[in-house]
Amino acid sequence: MLEIKKISKDFGGVKAVNNCSFKVEPNTITALIGPNGAGKSTLFNLISSVIKSDTGKIFFDKKDITNLPPEKVSNAGISRLFQKARLFENLTVEDNLLLALDHTDTKFWFNLFCKTPKQTDKIQKVEKMLDMLGMKKTKNMFAKDLSYGQKRLIELGRTILNPHSFLMLDEPVAGVTPELRDKIANILIELKNQGETILLIEHDMNFTLGIADRVIVLDQGSVLIEGTPKQIKNNKQVLKAYLGE
Amino acid sequence: MLSAYIIHLLILIGIYLILCLSLQLALGYTGLLNLGHIAFYAIGAYTSALLTLSGVPFIVSFLMAGIVSALFGYLLAFSTNKLKGDYLALATLGFTFVIYAIALNWTDLTNGALGLAGIPKPDLGILQIKSNAFYLFFVSITAVFSYLIINKIVKSPFGKVLEAIRDDELAVRILGKNTFKIKNYSLAVSAFFAGIAGSLYAHYITFIDPSSFGFMQIIPILSIVIIGGIASLRGTVLATFVLVLLPEPLRFIGFPSSVVGPVRQIIYALMLLLILMYRPKGFYGKVSLE
Repeated sequence: MLEIKKISKDFGGVKAVNNCSFKVEPNTITALIGPNGAGKSTLFNLISSVIKSDTGKIFFDKKDITNLPPEKVSNAGISRLFQKARLFENLTVEDNLLLALDHTDTKFWFNLFCKTPKQTDKIQKVEKMLDMLGMKKTKNMFAKDLSYGQKRLIELGRTILNPHSFLMLDEPVAGVTPELRDKIANILIELKNQGETILLIEHDMNFTLGIADRVIVLDQGSVLIEGTPKQIKNNKQVLKAYLGE
Repeated sequence: MLSAYIIHLLILIGIYLILCLSLQLALGYTGLLNLGHIAFYAIGAYTSALLTLSGVPFIVSFLMAGIVSALFGYLLAFSTNKLKGDYLALATLGFTFVIYAIALNWTDLTNGALGLAGIPKPDLGILQIKSNAFYLFFVSITAVFSYLIINKIVKSPFGKVLEAIRDDELAVRILGKNTFKIKNYSLAVSAFFAGIAGSLYAHYITFIDPSSFGFMQIIPILSIVIIGGIASLRGTVLATFVLVLLPEPLRFIGFPSSVVGPVRQIIYALMLLLILMYRPKGFYGKVSLE
């Protein structure tokens, strides 16, 4: 489904991603792990074209998406959650989620001259999502008034609502309570059962190894090893990468 | 006499209102720090004046003022699309200087520093607007129409996308929306109404020259938008009344005219300072400037 081929990114002499290659198979949860500075978030930024790669190719459903504008990558079917909450702070939770559903809201002349159609179907989808996240009460709250954990959940909801066939989640449970972490784990497993493909970055090993089908370990911008959670758990190379000599 | 003075003030308020509401669309709702708004005002004023002086009917010139300004707005947005914040502010400020320089130096077209005199009062075919009271009526209708159109835009789902771009453009792009195109529309519409305001100004004063459109003219407009509150149309309306009327008592104190201008600027600066210190959201703003 997603294939990374020899991708590299250099920041002023520092190789953040170095000749990195791997594949993500459909209908799996794949975890990207590695010590701080291993290049995980840079790789996410390269896939979603937030930054441009120096060399290498990225294929999604066999189409070359390398260095396309971020909106084109999104429209190809890749939906992404950022490491830090990026909600639209001065909009309500409902508006934040409505924005993810489709692109009729970008049609200027339609919005100017046509009577705005009632968004009943869309609002129902938003309410269903809020119900799934257990966040119905926040529907009319401004995003800036939410707690960190609530923001994470709403942003996860927005990422899921954004039409996609592939989800990229950058540290979805960082800084959230254990209850919320379990809730997010259940949501992700449920999504996988519905046929979704998920690539995630997470430092919480219990969470990651508990839900992932496959784990890719990055170190110094390259793939160190990949395998099942069981294979990765006690691998000496992985322990060395995390803990040093 | 007093009623003529009040009518004059209300006409100015109407023109300023259109100018500030349109800046609010680009700045307050879309987050585009556009310091080139006065340039669109100038383009509208010169377009309308030149066309009517060449015999084109007022209503055509009036609409062309908006359309030509909108085209320039679209082009400016297109060429500055990758710039943000301070960089965009500088680029749009540069645009003001370019338009000012053209107005000053392309003498064959604009008559340079001597300006364009004898701009006719509006002639709407069946109605000729000769009295200021009637002109006030025309300005009011245009201001209400502008308010309704801009209000329709910002309340629609398109308006929510504009606000989302203001809050986090990258997050909007990650949702698959082409923000470049959306920002182009926002600046073009903003410029359209600034052009309309320019036309109203030109046909009211009946004389325009480059000094009416210097970059310093952006200060009162920007002050109104900030004091009214970012992303608030009703705040903009209130602030327009307050800031246009506030310096008026200076006329009756007996200051020499050379002092009135600078004192007016001081009043705007003081108001801005007080608002930033004690009410960072302005009168009714949704977004804090803190």
